[in-house]
Amino acid sequence: MKIKVIVTLKNGVLDPQGKAIQQTLNGMGFSSVNEVRQGKFFEVDVNEKDEAKAKIKVEDMCKKLLANLVIENFEIL
Amino acid sequence: MNSSVIIFPGSNCDRDMDVALKKFGFKNEMVWHNDEKLPKSDLIVLPGGFSYGDYLRCGSIAGKSKIIKSVIDFAEKGGLVLGICNGFQILTETGLLPGVLQQNKNIEFICKNVFVKVNNKNNKYFNSIDKDVLELHIAHNEGSYFCTDEELKMLKDNNLVAVSYCNEKGEVNEKSNPNGAMQNIAGIFNKEKNILGMMPHPERMIDKYLSGEDGSIFFKNLLNNLK
Repeated sequence: MKIKVIVTLKNGVLDPQGKAIQQTLNGMGFSSVNEVRQGKFFEVDVNEKDEAKAKIKVEDMCKKLLANLVIENFEIL
Repeated sequence: MNSSVIIFPGSNCDRDMDVALKKFGFKNEMVWHNDEKLPKSDLIVLPGGFSYGDYLRCGSIAGKSKIIKSVIDFAEKGGLVLGICNGFQILTETGLLPGVLQQNKNIEFICKNVFVKVNNKNNKYFNSIDKDVLELHIAHNEGSYFCTDEELKMLKDNNLVAVSYCNEKGEVNEKSNPNGAMQNIAGIFNKEKNILGMMPHPERMIDKYLSGEDGSIFFKNLLNNLK
């Protein structure tokens, strides 16, 4: 079973790449862009048939490796 | 004194560190990341580089490698663990030091000499060092130190900010902050001050004809403190 995870920077944490992307978009004429925050997307194929159980395992993986909880939040989709 | 330098795939300052440690009298051994046991050591060094290609987050994969369990065990028993650059990133990823090293504020790889102020000499690393400001080298893309407000308070209350970016006179200000690090933090200790993580590379400053000698001061002093 494939479980999808999005990892994003917490609010207030500096995101220099997001800032550069926002400025580039503004420069390209997308003047309505106020802010861009860059994150990560993971697709974890877990050997598990029960979705709830698979998600519990992935949550543990997020806490221990996929996200750094000092600066990042994760969301299991 | 015995030291060990851990080599991860992608480490690239391991040999420089080996040269530096031996030059000042350490009997150094190189340890592969897939090993599980550490040789008898008075000092463990996690060197700079790009362990595991900086995949996922700098230091995150190395922070889960086989040898790290022994390093954590060694550190928790009071053994000296020094993490330089990527080594500092690994120490934060293992949780041995608080906070995280983020991408430099200006999104540039910074490679230059900097000055750092030694804030705390009451430890094995800086005790008796006869300089308050050291000229060292930095070379990193992710060196902007960040931690939570609570962690910052803990660091300040316990005087655990080991070194801060400053100018030649030792003034810590925004202009002397190369990478956007919170409060110019260049290196920190754990509470017991046996673990030191810092972005600057003392091993690159051990030859007056090539670079400078403030790294020599650091290593000579460290060895003396361990004797």
